[in-house]
Amino acid sequence: MNDNDHARSTADAVARRSYGKLVAFIAARSRDVAAAEDALADAFAAALADWPAHGVPRNPEAWLLTTARRKLIDSQRRRQTAKAAAPELERAAELLASAPDEEGDEMKIPDQRLALMFACTHPAIDASVRAPLILQTVLGFDAAMIASAFLASPAAMGQRLVRAKTKIKQAGIPLRVPEHAELAERLDAVLAAIYAAFAEGWQDAAGTEPARRELAAEALYLGRLVTELLPEEPEAFGLLALMLYADARRRARRTRGGEYVPLAEQDPELWDDDSIDAAEAALRHASTFDAPGRYQLEAALQSAHVNGRRSGRVDSEALLVLYDALLALSGSPVVALNRALAVARVRGAAAGLAALDELAGDARLADYQPYWAARAELLASVSASAEKCLDVDARAAARTAYERAIGLERDPAVRRFLQRRRAEL
Amino acid sequence: MQYMFLVYANEKAFQAIPKAQGEQAMGAYIAYTESLRKAGVLKSSDRLRPTADSTTVRVENGKSQVLDGPYADTKEQLGGFYIVDVPDLDAALSWAARCPGASHGAVEVRPLWTTGT
Repeated sequence: MNDNDHARSTADAVARRSYGKLVAFIAARSRDVAAAEDALADAFAAALADWPAHGVPRNPEAWLLTTARRKLIDSQRRRQTAKAAAPELERAAELLASAPDEEGDEMKIPDQRLALMFACTHPAIDASVRAPLILQTVLGFDAAMIASAFLASPAAMGQRLVRAKTKIKQAGIPLRVPEHAELAERLDAVLAAIYAAFAEGWQDAAGTEPARRELAAEALYLGRLVTELLPEEPEAFGLLALMLYADARRRARRTRGGEYVPLAEQDPELWDDDSIDAAEAALRHASTFDAPGRYQLEAALQSAHVNGRRSGRVDSEALLVLYDALLALSGSPVVALNRALAVARVRGAAAGLAALDELAGDARLADYQPYWAARAELLASVSASAEKCLDVDARAAARTAYERAIGLERDPAVRRFLQRRRAEL
Repeated sequence: MQYMFLVYANEKAFQAIPKAQGEQAMGAYIAYTESLRKAGVLKSSDRLRPTADSTTVRVENGKSQVLDGPYADTKEQLGGFYIVDVPDLDAALSWAARCPGASHGAVEVRPLWTTGT
């Protein structure tokens, strides 16, 4: 490998394992995440210029950290008048002076990533930008990649990220893991952001969108990281389990021809056993804390589905009990929707429809494809078992509901599936 | 870091409550202000007179426009302010939540503009 390649591959390796840690460490005191990112970007650029000529340093992280800090001080000096710069320069000097432990070739940068994630998900930060913010600051995703994954324009996403980082700095949002009393509540926001990133990545079932494909894997990484940094938090393990169960089914979601396969028809042989085992282990560990929560319940539902399909016996009543608990905890309309389907499995399609009818007024479901698909499915069930006169009405209503669903679906494979179901009526 | 707490509440509702309750509410504010002072975080604070006593000035094309009343007609009105000096936003939010105004209306927490940024 020539000098350039060696420099680049080392820099890439450092970026992969330490980018987030470096950003978090540099930004921890100043709360200036944007400045930390810029300083680090300059440091990486300097590395790619310097290392081919002078050799890759024995401790590349230390080199990058020192270079980034120097650039930070330089840029602060340039930006401020002498009088106003005093506190900033003092802080920067402290940063330069405080050396993290070095153990041989491995630099031990104190891991402030959790503090950074809590800052990104602070209540003062707009909820819709929290997941993108974590992806950028902790994982180093660029705005264009994040924008494409979250269906925003790169310019708009870039602006929102800048605004959020400015907010952290100007409003004084601390980079700090909250005290015990607030930890559970604030952790929920961190977990929600990680889950949002996973869900976005999950949209790419066919694995054809590079931005999305990475997201699910990165969200899993973050989920694992949180369990390592907060090993006493059962909801963190619950979320990890939930994502692992979903990820395990990746290969079963589409046929080889790219057609949509609903959960009930997936081939368990195509599920990833290692992921499922890891999920079960995480869920088991969470349950030892005896502190149920939203993510643990969702993971328990996944576990019940998986075990039901593998054994051939789905315990529908147990599923309904879990949905009841989850609904009581979350009040989410999506949970209510899935609960209605569980009701149908236990008490029949008519009862399920009645449960769905209770949700008819919820504006949040009006544009939610699965709501209309569920409605259509239950109406089709009712029509299949009904007397002639009811049958026609139910069938017509089912057709209308399928049409609503088709009109709301983004994924062509799912659309085709819904169209097939409608044609079968 | 310095923040201003802008305390918003419905004036009319406040003016309509019976005298005893009004005194109790003022007592709560006095106690709150005192606790800010004791904690060493209070820079300044004042209660504002009702918006009926407000006058708004705009200068357009060099001409002064003077209008009776507040800047905007809102459901809740600015009734007072605090300026505090605390380490970070979490500290500011924690104090703001204790302000009686937060329970009757809302408290906006806005950082002051510091020079050199």
